[in-house]
Amino acid sequence: MAIFLDGNSRIIVQGMTGSEGMKHTTRMLAGGSNIVGGVNPRKAGETVEIEGKSLPVFGTVAEAMAATGANVSVIFVPPAFAKAAVVEAIDAEIELAVVITEGIPVHDSASFWAYSCSKGNKTRIIGPNCPGIISPEQSNAGITPSNITGRGPIGLVSKSGTLTYQMMFELRDIGFSTAIGIGGDPIIGTTHIDALAAFEADPETKAIVLIGEIGGDSEEKAAAYIAKNVTKPVVAYVAGFTAPEGKTMGHAGAIVSGSAGTAQAKKEAFEAVGVKVGKTPSETAALMREVVKGL
Amino acid sequence: MDLFEYQARDMFEAHGVPVLQGLIADTPEEAEAAAAKIGGVVVVKAQVKVGGRGKAGGVKVAKTPEEARAHAEAILGLDIKGHIVKRVMIAQGAAIDQEYYFSVMLDRSNRTFLSLCSVEGGMDIEQLAVERPDALAKIAVDAVAGIDLVKAREIALAGHFPAELADKVAPVLAKLYEVFVKEDATLVEVNPLVLTKDGQILALDGKVTLDDNAEFRHEREELERDDLDPLEAKAKAWDLNYVKLDGQVGIIGNGAGLVMSTLDVVAYAGERHGGVRPANFLDIGGGASAEVMANGLDVILGDEQVKSVFVNVFGGITACDAVANGIVGALEKLGSAATKPLVVRLDGNNVAEGRRILADFAHPLVTVVETMDEAADKAAELANR
Repeated sequence: MAIFLDGNSRIIVQGMTGSEGMKHTTRMLAGGSNIVGGVNPRKAGETVEIEGKSLPVFGTVAEAMAATGANVSVIFVPPAFAKAAVVEAIDAEIELAVVITEGIPVHDSASFWAYSCSKGNKTRIIGPNCPGIISPEQSNAGITPSNITGRGPIGLVSKSGTLTYQMMFELRDIGFSTAIGIGGDPIIGTTHIDALAAFEADPETKAIVLIGEIGGDSEEKAAAYIAKNVTKPVVAYVAGFTAPEGKTMGHAGAIVSGSAGTAQAKKEAFEAVGVKVGKTPSETAALMREVVKGL
Repeated sequence: MDLFEYQARDMFEAHGVPVLQGLIADTPEEAEAAAAKIGGVVVVKAQVKVGGRGKAGGVKVAKTPEEARAHAEAILGLDIKGHIVKRVMIAQGAAIDQEYYFSVMLDRSNRTFLSLCSVEGGMDIEQLAVERPDALAKIAVDAVAGIDLVKAREIALAGHFPAELADKVAPVLAKLYEVFVKEDATLVEVNPLVLTKDGQILALDGKVTLDDNAEFRHEREELERDDLDPLEAKAKAWDLNYVKLDGQVGIIGNGAGLVMSTLDVVAYAGERHGGVRPANFLDIGGGASAEVMANGLDVILGDEQVKSVFVNVFGGITACDAVANGIVGALEKLGSAATKPLVVRLDGNNVAEGRRILADFAHPLVTVVETMDEAADKAAELANR
């Protein structure tokens, strides 16, 4: 088991023929993901050779799904066209759409999210501005390096890509069921809570690492959710204690406004419900090591 | 990006939101000429992006152009909470009957938009929200449906506008929503929205925040921007994601989360080394080339406050050998001008090659350290020497 993505996932790539799309399709294939095709209306009918595999290019997500049985789409479409790509994935009712694209205007994200809600959220959206999702040794939909670590009992959900890699690396001898990067934008599809709920229900996942950062209230909501609904041990890390107010720290959503969104408030919210919070990534990994020992 | 009041006014006007005349002036002479052009009573308003202008003496009524000139003289150069006034807006005066409040903003927590509205405007809205929460309506706005006349009227009624007044104000609220959407704003706030004695609804003071991610679809080259710190300007020219802070340890890393985390780890380490702090945030991003790395180092080494530099890279897409080559390139270019010690921690993609490049380079200023915590400690120690 794993969450949202496993060895049976059949993946298409929207924007596969662009430079980022090509680079990461190659990497995903090399890492063992089952990529079955790409989508680009201007190149429909063509075939692309990557990693010794012939990948058909389709005009639409719906056509790609009909022809290949794909159930996951990874989106590398540039910001100006990303909203249309996500809406297309929603209309095709694909199970999972992973939006890697960074720099999507927030009105576009708000709009595709509202559209998804109006359609009953049949498509799970991960991102935007995220590294995607990896279930090691099973499948990788996104840009996370496939070879950091193998399969294991830890589930990871994070706002940050590189902190995901760092944490997987720190705990590489233990391994992960699934690691999911939910993205650093103000409006995202899958939240910390969605991932927590899925990890709680996943028999392979025995313990959960949650990584947050300044901005918004996703971590505070996650803490309240954990208190009520999560029985598996959770260890948390929050980045951005030194971030000054009013400055965006890289991610569009990573900003402290007034007293809202501070790392300290998030840490306190976790500790108030008994979730241990590491001061640094390595201390967080050490806390998880203790948890795993006790399993 | 937050707009100046005059920019918000101009934007409102362009979208058909009723506003008063307003002209910008950089000198007392220009202020006098603007007041003469507008005629009658005017208000001289400091253009700074901070609240409490009135209390700080940044907003003054003038009955004549001469008086406008005198007020401008007093206001220009004023320091309002650390913001120096460089421009004033000369705004037409109005006979105000009532003051209201309206805003529409991104509601991150609920992944939609939110409108706030009250028939009681003019005062500090945060104060109103605390003291009389019932007076301030909070209405969710669907990002697809938006605010049409029907929704606008619903919002006004919820904000306790009487029915007749709600009909009158609704078209203005709908226009303000148009500003919010068409300009890719994350906040459009009008405080106060007023009813004049002759029965007009006007947006008297506006606050607008624009989404930086949407710049590609707007023509905003002419828009006045905040003065950047020289290092921030240099970083921006290279398309680097850099924020200047006030510490002594320069930081370069890849990925926003890892860099934020690096800042924290350095601050903790600084507690053991004379209280040194991170000097900046600099994310070279995913898949950075040697050139990007070298540019980043150039910016950071140009910061006089920096005493040591910590390069913290986890190679996911970024290759550690490219980072190492960037360091080598930057130091070779600097030659004897390089004087600040560099602590480097590399892990992940091509780490062995990256470490080998730095070992072969054997530069006396470069120390390669295995872990992030040890590297932060070393960088803090060096900054405290």
